Amino acid sequence: MSMTPSGDFRTSYAADMTIFPTRNSRLALLIGLAVLLCAPLVLGRYELSLMIQIGFLGIAALGLNILVGFTGQISIGHAAFFGFGAFASAWLVEHGVPVPLAIPLAGVATALVGLVFGLPAARLKGLYLAIATLAAQFILEDFFARARWFTGGVAGRITEPFTLLGLRFDHDETYFYVVVFWVVVMFVAAANLMRSRDGRALVAVRDHYLSAELMGINLAYYRTLSFGIASFYAGVGGALYAHYLLFVSVEAFNILFSIQFLAMVIIGGLGSVMGSLMGAAFMVLMPELVQSAAQALEGGAIDRALSLGASINFLREMAIGAAIILFLIFEPDGLARRWRLMKAYWKLYPYSH
Amino acid sequence: MQEVILAVEGVSLRFGGVRALTDVSFEVRRGEVFSIIGPNGAGKTSMVNCISGRYRPTEGRISFDGQDITRLPPSRRAPLGIGRTFQNLALFGHMTVLDNIMVGRHHLLKSGFLRGMVYWLGGAQTEEIAHRREVEDIIDFLEIQHIRKEPAGTLSYGLRKRVELARAIALKPRLILLDEPMAGMNLEEKEDMARFILELNQEWGMTVLMIEHDMGVVMDISSRVMVLDFGKKIADGTPDEVLAHPQVRRAYLGEDLDESVEAAA
Repeated sequence: MSMTPSGDFRTSYAADMTIFPTRNSRLALLIGLAVLLCAPLVLGRYELSLMIQIGFLGIAALGLNILVGFTGQISIGHAAFFGFGAFASAWLVEHGVPVPLAIPLAGVATALVGLVFGLPAARLKGLYLAIATLAAQFILEDFFARARWFTGGVAGRITEPFTLLGLRFDHDETYFYVVVFWVVVMFVAAANLMRSRDGRALVAVRDHYLSAELMGINLAYYRTLSFGIASFYAGVGGALYAHYLLFVSVEAFNILFSIQFLAMVIIGGLGSVMGSLMGAAFMVLMPELVQSAAQALEGGAIDRALSLGASINFLREMAIGAAIILFLIFEPDGLARRWRLMKAYWKLYPYSH
Repeated sequence: MQEVILAVEGVSLRFGGVRALTDVSFEVRRGEVFSIIGPNGAGKTSMVNCISGRYRPTEGRISFDGQDITRLPPSRRAPLGIGRTFQNLALFGHMTVLDNIMVGRHHLLKSGFLRGMVYWLGGAQTEEIAHRREVEDIIDFLEIQHIRKEPAGTLSYGLRKRVELARAIALKPRLILLDEPMAGMNLEEKEDMARFILELNQEWGMTVLMIEHDMGVVMDISSRVMVLDFGKKIADGTPDEVLAHPQVRRAYLGEDLDESVEAAA
């Protein structure tokens, strides 16, 4: 249901097709961005580092959401593409490409790899496709470990910080702006995509592929394209990760990481652009919250009474798992829907019907 | 009126041992309302699926506007000007009505994903607005303005049928295939639908090929009718000719002809 304040009428089709429909929502966006840009002045290193992580993971999660949530495909090899982007960017920088250029180029390179691995997607669906993407995960992981020229092998690869016009973005306070820039660009691009021809075609393929085909939509093309776009996002996210940590190593991009991307997308909300960012935030912040809770518990009365001791760490892992399960049971449509409900509640307050 | 837009020649369709269609031939002329009738399982939907490309005939040839389309993939038929609706609703349930109809414009829109992503710069916005205008004409015509922003999956049956028709019209088809457009509708909805079909045919100039069970509607609005039974064509012609055909009376209307034949002998 769309709820606009009474008196807010659209008098042109262009006004009816904007991403942010009301004046208040545009205002909120501008204020939100302004606040975000001031964040490095107020927040500490630790908080900024969390936000940077949310940023590059959110970009990659958005890619997976385009694939899984919007196109209805499945991939359990997303982390491998994220990793490919990281290595590709590091490799490009090593060969003299400036970092600001290497990030989008790494995205393009990853998109090409994604297109190759996406070819089976033109014919496979569901569980069969899941297994095919699992193969992509293992092939790429193996490639990372063996292709010393590209990844530095098991030793990993050191890379350079982001520099633009002589400015070095090598601290959390500065790199934050690089990530914010890319988050805005990538999320706006996705929102635009979804309100134009090819985005609608992707959703049509998900909702009813038979009738999509009769509408003139080439299923094989769009299923493969979806993989390409998802990999592009993963690649850019990975490149941002590489130039943040300044070191890329093989072990990070395992299947567990791929599953975490899936969790972000499901928790954030399948088929929701902003949900991807919320899901990434959840997956980054949740362990931190549980960690601080565990620390508070340590040595306290409860700890002593139950003699938890070392098992507090295991409890932490279990609590994260439990939170995810509870989330899926009580909010299967993700954080994006909860956010909409909250907005609706305040809009209608105090008359909720 | 006399020009043939769709020619079906000797089409057979077999699934393993099951013969869904056997040597069916017919022609649809430009500008007419052509109906296919027949009992359940007679192969009507299979015939439409062959024309829309969902099935590939085992034998025979289908040509549209003089072009052989027998082996053309379904997605290449929309640009030629063939649109269809489904018997069991096939809307994109999570999309709004408006987006559903905009999907129908797919082959008419030119902006790919790159121009879509930069919406304001590459001309995608201009294009969207231009097509939105035409889509709004279709929405007005089918009287579904009030639901244009609703998700299609939440609508009532009658409205969904209407949205499906809107989506098919958005293709700008020259031939529109309607698979039971009035199934499960009440009298009022049927009357509306009959009016829409006639208007599409006469005002919008679309040739209509329709499968329908409601004999009253079929006889009222069709120019010509074909009768299928067990995958074979048993008659075609004007509604009156078909109604008078003895085999049709036996197969479709349930009259026991054997007895009357015996009585005559």
